[in-house]
Amino acid sequence: MSVKLTVNGVTSDLEVDPAMPLLWVIRDHLLLTGTKFGCGMALCGACTVHIDGVATRSCVLPVSAAQGKQVTTIEGLATPAAKAVQSAWIALDVPQCGYCQSGQIMSASALLTGNPKPSDADIDGAMAGNICRCATYVRIRHAIHEAAAGLPAATMAHG
Amino acid sequence: MYFRHFEHAAPSPAAATELTRRQFLKVTGVAGTGLTLGLLVPGVAAAAGGGAPIGSFAMPFVHIAPDNTVTVICKHLEAGQGVWTGLPAIVAEELDAAWSQMRVVNAPAQVPQYGNLAMGGQIQLTGGSTAVANSWQQLREAGATARAMLVRAAAKTWKVPANDITVSEGVVSHGKRTATFGQLAHAAAQQPVPAQVQLKDPANFRIIGNDKLPRLDSRAKSTGKQQFGIDVRLPGMMTAVVMRPPRFGGKVTSFDASKAKAVAGVVDVVQIPRGVAVVGRDMWSAKQGREALQVTWDESGAEKRGTDALMKEYRAMGAGKEAVTVTKSGDADAALAQAGKRVEGEFEFPYLAHAPMEPLTAVCRLSPDACEVWAGSQFQTVDQANIAAAVGLKPAQVSINTLAAGGTFGRRATPDSDYLSEVASIAKATGGKYPVRLIWTREDDVTGGRYRPMNYHRVAAALGKDGKVAWRQRIVGQSIVGGTAFAAMMIKDGVDPTAVGGSAAEQYDLTDVHVSWTEAKVGVPVLWWRSVENTHMAYSKEVIIDELAQAAGQDPVAFRLALLQKHPRHVGALKLVAEKAGWDKPFAGGAGRGRGVAVHESFGTVVAQVAEVTVTGDKITVDRVVCAVDCGVAVTPDVIRAQMQSAIGYGLSAALMGKITLTDGHVDQTNFHQYQVLRMPDMPRLIEVHIVPSANAPSGVGEPGLPPIAPAVANAVRAATGVRLRTLPFDLAAARRA
Ligand code: FES
Ligand code: FES
Repeated sequence: MSVKLTVNGVTSDLEVDPAMPLLWVIRDHLLLTGTKFGCGMALCGACTVHIDGVATRSCVLPVSAAQGKQVTTIEGLATPAAKAVQSAWIALDVPQCGYCQSGQIMSASALLTGNPKPSDADIDGAMAGNICRCATYVRIRHAIHEAAAGLPAATMAHG
Repeated sequence: MYFRHFEHAAPSPAAATELTRRQFLKVTGVAGTGLTLGLLVPGVAAAAGGGAPIGSFAMPFVHIAPDNTVTVICKHLEAGQGVWTGLPAIVAEELDAAWSQMRVVNAPAQVPQYGNLAMGGQIQLTGGSTAVANSWQQLREAGATARAMLVRAAAKTWKVPANDITVSEGVVSHGKRTATFGQLAHAAAQQPVPAQVQLKDPANFRIIGNDKLPRLDSRAKSTGKQQFGIDVRLPGMMTAVVMRPPRFGGKVTSFDASKAKAVAGVVDVVQIPRGVAVVGRDMWSAKQGREALQVTWDESGAEKRGTDALMKEYRAMGAGKEAVTVTKSGDADAALAQAGKRVEGEFEFPYLAHAPMEPLTAVCRLSPDACEVWAGSQFQTVDQANIAAAVGLKPAQVSINTLAAGGTFGRRATPDSDYLSEVASIAKATGGKYPVRLIWTREDDVTGGRYRPMNYHRVAAALGKDGKVAWRQRIVGQSIVGGTAFAAMMIKDGVDPTAVGGSAAEQYDLTDVHVSWTEAKVGVPVLWWRSVENTHMAYSKEVIIDELAQAAGQDPVAFRLALLQKHPRHVGALKLVAEKAGWDKPFAGGAGRGRGVAVHESFGTVVAQVAEVTVTGDKITVDRVVCAVDCGVAVTPDVIRAQMQSAIGYGLSAALMGKITLTDGHVDQTNFHQYQVLRMPDMPRLIEVHIVPSANAPSGVGEPGLPPIAPAVANAVRAATGVRLRTLPFDLAAARRA
């Protein structure tokens, strides 16, 4: 069966099971591997993508449900909020193993797009669905505040 | 991961240096006979890590390319702990390179040149927090050697004395003449390898210890570009998942693949030693195929006990006949009988899954005479042997492409290379007709065993009138290395150090001590889990010491300091953490607030932590953690801070919610809804890390931040509520009832 899918602005016709989760279509068929598999049950956030700008767990969403929508993965991130988030991530050396970080960045940039000055409680709420087993949470919080402040995310004073 | 106990097999520091140098010369092909030109150009570049272009300077640990990049060949797995930054920093320092020109690639699986010198050099592996420690001398020499050869090349080209040449920020200069490393690379490769090199005076370090040194992998990991094992894609590659026995020790009796094969996209269903593999053209088809697969299991040899029953047995064993002596001096029983202030406790620790974010994954391509594997391999030499055995080749015919791992915490270092043996077996069973990628789902991971062992401790300690502390402790738990290829090397006098190391007898000045261990034989597979035995040994030790201080009416920091006179590094860390936490000032507490302290040495590093908590009803919130770490020379301070933050979070996850239980041999948890892990709202808002200044050789940082956090929090909760937390994970409501 054929599915028409738009990812990062590119539309493809794919011969895949319409019930296949969007995650596996993105990874195994479009070969975009920045989006990660962590749990397959919407519990960890590693697979987070934006669907029409909304942070969504792609591991439980049938690809058929994403037809006709704009899917954005880490490879296609381009909004000012996303760029600020990625710069802050790099400046503060947030990643450790890095495996969860695509999902963290997708969640954080969706948060900042809707809420440019999030409080700590807002961050807890928006980021609680993204697990980091390396526990980079202190730096994630710091980097979100830095990105929000629109400041050059400078020094390494997060020790 | 744990390897401190290879020490007896490892050479002395002086011998290690010598070994390094000899290996270094040997693999560069210049031992005694002068330079063999061919060995420093592309042929060797390929053997020594691959990919150095023509005109490069290529030695086993350092490549310098004409484009002026310096690539460090990293023999250790990068799993988040920062070796891709720490090891290049050591080379860059001695080379006087600019940080911006540094790159890093993983070494091939090849001993002895990429062996871990902390383990005798014959085995390539990452573990025991040894990466920087065992590379320190080796990479300083590698950097200094490359620098010396660049200088000689410049001296020869410019016809000036080598002594008049300076090197700074990747530029070689003499007067007004300058050259980049890239420009000199080809000529440097023609120079003889010096037999002796001068290492820098640490006073002149500018990269090592640099607080602002950025990680080399942050950009790739912030843009989705970092490649992990799960991201490897080879032409024609298929994807496999494995159905494993529902209880540990079960075996396949028979299987019916008809329904699985009817699933669109499924290409093969094959039996392997560990279960039945379903191979499909993508993950979705393989997974659906597995759901349709029918297997009958022989469970005659399976473990059928549950954890409640096991813990009951452990308690009985802990009260029963004394087993193996771990350490004994003086007369603990007599001292305990006499002493006035006495505290006791029975402690229970659950099984814990590592649950790295990247589930176990590997890719294998098999041909009649070669097997190539891509994975976040942590145990290359062991993995090579196990893969070879699985496919019927020699280890030398197995090549491993080590990729970044999405976390490990010890999980990827299994003595039988479980997931790598599986992927190799699948390749073998399918005749190598396509490259195959194996993916473990999260359910496979959580139910798949290799847990931190469940443990039971029974401790009695007392403070005598002379101020001396007597200590009696019994430990019941499984052996980690027992039954593996490591047993002969590591188990001494019946004691598995990965089960019971780091006791109070090692960590405090005690005279009357008796610690014993009873090994539990259980069919649940166990493994080293970030900081290994210290995860439980530090807990009972630091909680009981704290209660003893309280019983004696003494300040917990002062009480510890008095017992640490033979442990100056413990004292240093403890004093620093107390100062930074404002321990001497009254705690601005209020109802439900408390603070607690703990200190512990593991892997040659001492860490002290103060935790501040708020208890609301039965909920524990950790507000602030102050951490002091003595890890010798701080090679990359910001990576050290990151590792302390990480270990605190990982340890808190275990303390507050981590638990694997079994019912009748079936694991009760399957995914993150049941195996709860720490999330953003649970992380302390404030973690402050302070590094004890030190000139000692560097020691590990990946694991030592973990052991003190759980007892520091428990001590804080006791200060706030008076409740003693004896069972992990913490359940304040249950502890109040106890
Ligand atoms: S993989 Fe989708 S939330 Fe975990
Ligand atoms: S950086 Fe390793 S899981 Fe988040």
